Amino acid sequence: MQQLKPVNVAIAGGGLVGLTLAKEIGARTSLSVVVLERGQPRKLSDYAAGMDELDYALRYRMMQNLAEETATHRHSMRASAVPIRQYGSFNPGTGVGGAAEHWGGISYRFYPENFRLASALREKHGKRLPENLAIQDWGVSYEELEPYYWRAEQLLGVCGKAGNLGGRKVDGGNVFEGARSHEYPNPPHKMSYAATLFEKAARESGYHPYPVPTATLSRNYTNPDGVSRAACAYCGYCTRYGCMIGAKAQPTNVLMPVLQKQKNFTLRTGCNVRRLAHRQGKVEGLRYFDRTGEEFFQPADIVIVASWTLNNSRLLMLSKLGEPYDPATGKGTLGRNLTHQVSAATRVFLDKPLNGFMGAGGLGYGISDFDGKEGVDGFPGVLRGGNIRLMSTGDGPIASFGAVPPGEVKADWGAEWKKAALEWHDRSANINSEAEHLAYRQNYLDLDPTYTDNYGDPLMRLTLDWTDHERAQGAMLGKIQTQIAKAMNGRPGPTNSRLLERYTITQYQSTHVNGGAIMGTSPETSVVNPWLQHWQAHNLWVVGGSAFPQNGSGNPTLTILALALRAADGLIDRYLKHPEGLL
Amino acid sequence: MKRREFLLLPAASLGGVLVYTLGREPLRVHAQTGEIQVPLRFFTAAEARIVQAACARIFPSDESGPGATEAGVVIYIDRQLAGPYGRDKYRYAKAPFVESVPEHGYQGKASPREIYREGIKQLEDFASLDAAAQDRRLHAIETTTFFRMLRQHTIEGMFSDPLHGGNAGLIGWQLIGYPGPLMSYREEIDKLHGQPFRRKPVSLAQVVGHPVVGWEEEKD
Repeated sequence: MQQLKPVNVAIAGGGLVGLTLAKEIGARTSLSVVVLERGQPRKLSDYAAGMDELDYALRYRMMQNLAEETATHRHSMRASAVPIRQYGSFNPGTGVGGAAEHWGGISYRFYPENFRLASALREKHGKRLPENLAIQDWGVSYEELEPYYWRAEQLLGVCGKAGNLGGRKVDGGNVFEGARSHEYPNPPHKMSYAATLFEKAARESGYHPYPVPTATLSRNYTNPDGVSRAACAYCGYCTRYGCMIGAKAQPTNVLMPVLQKQKNFTLRTGCNVRRLAHRQGKVEGLRYFDRTGEEFFQPADIVIVASWTLNNSRLLMLSKLGEPYDPATGKGTLGRNLTHQVSAATRVFLDKPLNGFMGAGGLGYGISDFDGKEGVDGFPGVLRGGNIRLMSTGDGPIASFGAVPPGEVKADWGAEWKKAALEWHDRSANINSEAEHLAYRQNYLDLDPTYTDNYGDPLMRLTLDWTDHERAQGAMLGKIQTQIAKAMNGRPGPTNSRLLERYTITQYQSTHVNGGAIMGTSPETSVVNPWLQHWQAHNLWVVGGSAFPQNGSGNPTLTILALALRAADGLIDRYLKHPEGLL
Repeated sequence: MKRREFLLLPAASLGGVLVYTLGREPLRVHAQTGEIQVPLRFFTAAEARIVQAACARIFPSDESGPGATEAGVVIYIDRQLAGPYGRDKYRYAKAPFVESVPEHGYQGKASPREIYREGIKQLEDFASLDAAAQDRRLHAIETTTFFRMLRQHTIEGMFSDPLHGGNAGLIGWQLIGYPGPLMSYREEIDKLHGQPFRRKPVSLAQVVGHPVVGWEEEKD
């Protein structure tokens, strides 16, 4: 093992979180910062030739190679887990920029109540809450996070329309959202035909549609760091692709241009971090392999774990830092509160062609009339809801082929099917939802006892299944989706409620897997404190979706970024002044 | 060394123009009459004929338009199987292999190449049967891993960019009115509401102005 020269800050993971922290620390201090990224470098010019649905959307060319590393899944502690052998319910990234290179750009804030969910639900329901809930307050309030949300929105150039400006409700925005200090940095996108049909139907049904907030630019924009990007051209090669004109906020086009000018910043690619070295409450550095298989030790004064959510918890577990969570006793914190998001979708079939191949990852309208605490009281068994949206994310010709209204044909191949599929092609769209996923005692992460990665280390094991609450959420959202589909003068297909019978690893839901190294106000019930500093090692930060005590309904990226910016402030403005203690 | 196998295709069935890559070299074959010899990378000629016949039942050529044969779907599948996807370079393929619940999907050891080899064997004399008999044979295996894969690959070969060997002459995209990976709909997205945007499709190579190499060309 080769011993490297010590640095001040070593960061594991060169995605949105790692590069954001590198940028903040690099720009505001004279500390030396090294980012270790397991994947390859990327640049904008790679992406034009990537407008290929087969290689990128169907074969996941930008994502983690599952042959080398995946996770395993089981539905309960009684079952044995099997590997996620091929891509399905979520898509972890790799390479510079990580999953934020191939994300869709949807940039919701969570609701104020999300951050004090355990308190809010106890106030409302008292002892009637399900016993196995493991929900917790975050230890940070929406009001504390609001300035960081605003910074995150400016950094990415989020487009949208405010629905609550300083407490004043604004028609046309999401009137249920928390108070914003500012209007969005950019106006909403031009809208597709399907999205406008949804907006009209939702409004006429008495709901409150708003343009989905997104980090693909509606106009040319220069952010506070002086980084300029072009407006989106609605090519539709967005989610699962890198944006070839840089209209979508990606770490390579938002953060790298700033980082490349920072003399105290070093990015090492092809470097796979395997262990944190730690002793007596202090992390000493990172052990990693480079792409030739040579092992290195990078000593550092401060270490930041900033990889994808599951990998954050896994690195801590492999490094034996923190007490693993035991669902039988409730003891231990590392691995607890694994959540995903509750996906429900209803396909709506329409009269006219939609040109569904035009679009952007976050282009469309949503309603939040059954989201958060709104609207759920009429649905027994539902504690928290989810958004309902119609988005034109850019239908690929392969994946969108074959959508036929239910009952039209018997087989899904052959002449009769082909004729119907051609007739209905480009005439349907998904109305989909993402609902809050509550944390439960039985849903958690630990190391798999059987399966290993290409280094011989155990894979992360997900023990995760839906409960009646998620099924009730899905039924509620499916009902409203179907109602709106009819109001669009469309033919609704069935809601995909089968997906919520049992957790399914074969079908994409979202990459919004969270928890495992959660934040909180007590080391008894959380891994990191509200600044995302590790309770047991004061010079270690663990930043990412791994910190969510439970999941919100909107896409989590903006919240992850806001938490990262706040973690940077804590580290730079507070910790560096007293670098031996907890904040 | 294995003898190189060829699939013989009537030239007219591919619109008279076939563009394919051989050893990373783009090659254009013009053949107005007669047959084109397409070099196969994975299938034997006999296997290719069976797969071609099966794809033609999944996505037939009929009064609703051209199908898998004209699009060269079998060539697409042959290349996918010869490439990294076919040998499971990107699938977690470590033991133990345990049959699990349906929510866990395919947990088997066999790679797409092996699934095809075995599946084709079960179809034996398929290419010589009449259409009705072929359909009966396919209905009988409809729920197998092999058939679900074949169906999915047929759709991929119809509608993926021609750089992958299928969708010859952009015939699949013409069929569904897909214009190709155009870089901008800024002027159209909020104006063409309820009206189809349909124009002569273009391939990715035409859009970016240079040949694009598919992932299937990646060497070990």
